[in-house]
Amino acid sequence: MPTTPQQSIDQIFTHHEPAILEGWMCEQVAALTSRQDLMSTAALRTQSQAFLALFTLACRDGGLVDITGTPWAPVLDFLADLSSQRAKLGFTPSETATFVFSLKQPVFARVREELGADVGTLVDDLWGMNVLLDKLGLYTMELYLKSRETVIKHQQLDMLELSTPVLNLWQDILAVPLIGTLDSSRMQAVMENLLGAIAKQGSPIAIVDITGVSAVDTEVAQHLLKTAAAARLMGAQCIISGISAPIAQTMVALGVPFGSVDTRATLADALAQAFAQTHRQVVVMEPQAY
Amino acid sequence: MDTTTLERFSLNGSEDVVRVRLAVRTWMRANGFTLLQQTKMVTATSEMTRNCVTHGGGGSAELQQLRDGERLGLRLRVADQGPGIADLPLALQGGHSTTGCLGLGLSGSKQLVDDFEITAEPGKGTQVHITQWR
Ligand SMILES: Nc1ncnc2c1ncn2[C@@H]1O[C@H](COP(=O)(O)OP(=O)(O)OP(=O)(O)O)[C@@H](O)[C@H]1O
Ligand SMILES: [Mg+2]
Repeated sequence: MPTTPQQSIDQIFTHHEPAILEGWMCEQVAALTSRQDLMSTAALRTQSQAFLALFTLACRDGGLVDITGTPWAPVLDFLADLSSQRAKLGFTPSETATFVFSLKQPVFARVREELGADVGTLVDDLWGMNVLLDKLGLYTMELYLKSRETVIKHQQLDMLELSTPVLNLWQDILAVPLIGTLDSSRMQAVMENLLGAIAKQGSPIAIVDITGVSAVDTEVAQHLLKTAAAARLMGAQCIISGISAPIAQTMVALGVPFGSVDTRATLADALAQAFAQTHRQVVVMEPQAY
Repeated sequence: MDTTTLERFSLNGSEDVVRVRLAVRTWMRANGFTLLQQTKMVTATSEMTRNCVTHGGGGSAELQQLRDGERLGLRLRVADQGPGIADLPLALQGGHSTTGCLGLGLSGSKQLVDDFEITAEPGKGTQVHITQWR
């Protein structure tokens, strides 16, 4: 009785599952040597075994062409889980796709053995072409993702610019409200914007308000200290306001030398200080009788 | 004591530092840690992950939930395969940076968290564990 390709393929999986699993594991471990910190070989084996079981069933019940049918659903779900898990672990798209692609090698090896020596070279050629096309496919996908990342990076840069405006709080008084997560590049942008504005307007006082900042680490602290020092060199005074109680305690524990910088608990305190230093007074008016 | 892994991260750049920090903040907030405990642990997390990226050439991090009877804790493990630290006592003393920074990351973080462990034998990379209890 002639066997259809589909029958012989799923027979290969049913009859040689242990050998295929071994071959597949070798391929994956070789491809992911640099990633053993992210995932143990034992975990990879469990995952691979689970996949093979689902895959064999789907081949048998769903055929090899249409993967949108119900029999293939468990396989697709499994791959969806796997890719989100690997994305979180920090695998690249190619390393993630390796999971599926590397299964081809042991399958081809099996097919070659089953068919015998006469068609051996044909199988070898087919295999070579296959690998080549996979590589090109993966390359295209990597590039696609990279260009998307570039778009996102650009948008983030735009946000950087937007999120660090220098405000003229009053005549002679500049202010920068900082919000969210501060990293080195954002701090750099803040410092440049602020020093630029001080130079342009000759402002004697600049307030940096960190009320909206979630955490200040040594990197951010150093930028704040540098900004204050640079402002001082330009003849301006820098006041850092909005230091919450937890952040103040954290700064003390870290040992950050904020002693040389003017700090205030609230923006209002900083403004009052700035008024005093620019010889201004806030007067509360008597209520008028209308 | 029960230890459960919550999440793993690979650390290659400053985006990863932010990612781990956010995970620490989110988990601690959801589990009733005080704002001060959150701020301290988030800051120490920032220091250790950034050291891993800038001095250790990148590495990996793992967040663990600790349960000891009624006590709930969060532990962060950070590891790299970088150069390690030649003079660990000096690095821990504070004020000594090989990159012209404040050099307060290690000494400061030690003060911030409940438990701080580091091994940094030259040639064997650096491993740091920091733990904050509720
Ligand atoms: N993971 C690491 N691998 C190798 N060397 C490290 C590592 N972590 C810290 N070091 C060394 O220890 C020194 C002190 O680290 P610490 O975090 O205290 O200061 P820093 O990173 O130089 O400055 P900052 O105050 O911004 O953190 C570093 O300058 C570096 O030489
Ligand atoms: Mg540091």
